[in-house]
Amino acid sequence: MSGAAVEAGRTLAMGQDEAVGSGRSSVDAPFGRALARLGKARSDIVGLTADLGKYTDILPFRDAFPDRFFNVGMAEQNLVAVAAGLARSSKVPFATTYGVFATRRAYDFVAIALAHSNLDVKIVAGLPGLTTGYGGTHQAIEDLALMRMIPGLTIIDPCDATEIEAATEAIAEHRGPVYMRLLRGAVPVVLEPGYRFEIGKARRLREGTDIGIVSTGFMTERALDAADALRKQGISAGVLHVPTIKPFDAEAVAEFAAGVGRVVTAENHVVVGGLASLVVEALFDRGIARKVTRIGLPDRYIECGAVPTLQAKYGLTTQAMIQTIAGSETAA
Amino acid sequence: MLRNSPPDEADIGALRRRATRLRRHMLTMARGQGQGYIGQGLGIADVLAALYFHELRYDPHNLAWADRDRFLLSTGHYSIALWAALAEAGIIPVEELATYGADNSRLEMSTLDTTPGVEMIGGSLGHGLGQGIGQALGLRLDGSEARVFVELSDGEMQEGSTWEAAMSASHFRLDGLVALIDCNGIQADGPVVLDMEPVADKWRAFGWETSEIDGNDMAAVADALADARARNGKPKAIVLRTLPGKGVPRIETSEKSHFFRVDVAQWDGIIAEFENSVGASQ
Repeated sequence: MSGAAVEAGRTLAMGQDEAVGSGRSSVDAPFGRALARLGKARSDIVGLTADLGKYTDILPFRDAFPDRFFNVGMAEQNLVAVAAGLARSSKVPFATTYGVFATRRAYDFVAIALAHSNLDVKIVAGLPGLTTGYGGTHQAIEDLALMRMIPGLTIIDPCDATEIEAATEAIAEHRGPVYMRLLRGAVPVVLEPGYRFEIGKARRLREGTDIGIVSTGFMTERALDAADALRKQGISAGVLHVPTIKPFDAEAVAEFAAGVGRVVTAENHVVVGGLASLVVEALFDRGIARKVTRIGLPDRYIECGAVPTLQAKYGLTTQAMIQTIAGSETAA
Repeated sequence: MLRNSPPDEADIGALRRRATRLRRHMLTMARGQGQGYIGQGLGIADVLAALYFHELRYDPHNLAWADRDRFLLSTGHYSIALWAALAEAGIIPVEELATYGADNSRLEMSTLDTTPGVEMIGGSLGHGLGQGIGQALGLRLDGSEARVFVELSDGEMQEGSTWEAAMSASHFRLDGLVALIDCNGIQADGPVVLDMEPVADKWRAFGWETSEIDGNDMAAVADALADARARNGKPKAIVLRTLPGKGVPRIETSEKSHFFRVDVAQWDGIIAEFENSVGASQ
């Protein structure tokens, strides 16, 4: 390995760059910009963070509305509790931290202080899945599974900058608690201009008959690229994008699966408890028998390293995805 | 509009009689169940009487009034005391108290916010103070003068989230926030298992204007609440030394127990003891 590559790897390992979505145009801090726009129109929107404002893209909101922004320090339980109190005072708080802290550390507060009372708090969680090389302490690889167990909590895993902006607006309108995964920094634009985000709705982005890829989060970008590549190999692959993990669009998944030979799930998350489990449940409940290949992270802690290296090792890259799908097709 | 400040002797006498009525309600409720958190309820009765009948601004006929003062009972298992206060305040019917802890009752053994007058779901300890801070921040954003009172307990201070909240309240200069810290010396495993002293010094060190009083001395409680009205940039903490079972000698002197169980037949004796001590003190 060259010195420059080592250098680049080191930078990525420090979690400074998620390196998501190369080769597409991008938008800088789409969440923070969308929130700042919303803040102008709605005085009830407030922002909170737990010492991660800079790293969760919320600073455009803070700079526009300093009086409506509260940094509670490194205290995620208090972050959620304070947000709950603000919601009870007719505010709509957007609270940011990393996914690992919002889930593992503040779980009881999300479950009881927010969700049990259906309070209007939106948690926006950075470093979802394998988007940092910081290792198990920072990689929220099981957050969707954990949060799925909380009644009444809406869970969003957006694909790109367009979707983050649209989802920020949609969750502000939505009554009730929300957990949204954040893609930060320069976030690529993947979805086509006509794309419309709606909470609870899956969208078919490609039609196909051999393989049906059901994907969420940034894995949809890779699913689209993989589908295009597979088509050149003579494999017809459709893509169903499922940005809302809860409430889950089980009907759309079942209908999509019924029209293809095999199903592949793709998520930036462990393959237990998240998208794959939801898809299997949806198919089983409806008696739709399809073999399901699960692309995602294994049920183990991931090491530190450069994000591209780790994503390749754990099969999240487009190339790895193509190989997995083509391999499963051959095996079939 | 704040009520009389400081409360005069007539006010104190009236508040003591309210506290007696709250205790009577609680004993009736506990009798129906034969068990419960009656010790804690009797201990906090004076504070709730002072709050609901002197200090808090609220409208029992308009619970959603935006400028009402908030009272958050973080220790949800003290619900027996809150139900008594809400009934006495005209927020829930007195007759409903008989359903305490029964299936399908709104008056649960631990508070749920679906019951009128309840400002938070208590019971998962360490939740109240942070929620009170959020409410106080929201009220301040709206330019409201309303204040937020959060009850918490000595055992609850062992939850780390209590201190996360404590440090942020002084940082945000929430002078309309009052923490009422019920130090009754008991927790689930018996007498307080982890030494929390010196309690008042801890709160002072976290930037709170702190007083420490006998939480069963009505004049002291009313005075401390009046002092806590100052809008001086600091949150207020009142450390309340309370006696679990206050008002019923048999419970006061029993082995300090978090959860009190008595044979249903013994309740007549307990209530007679309470009425005797009320008669002797008035």
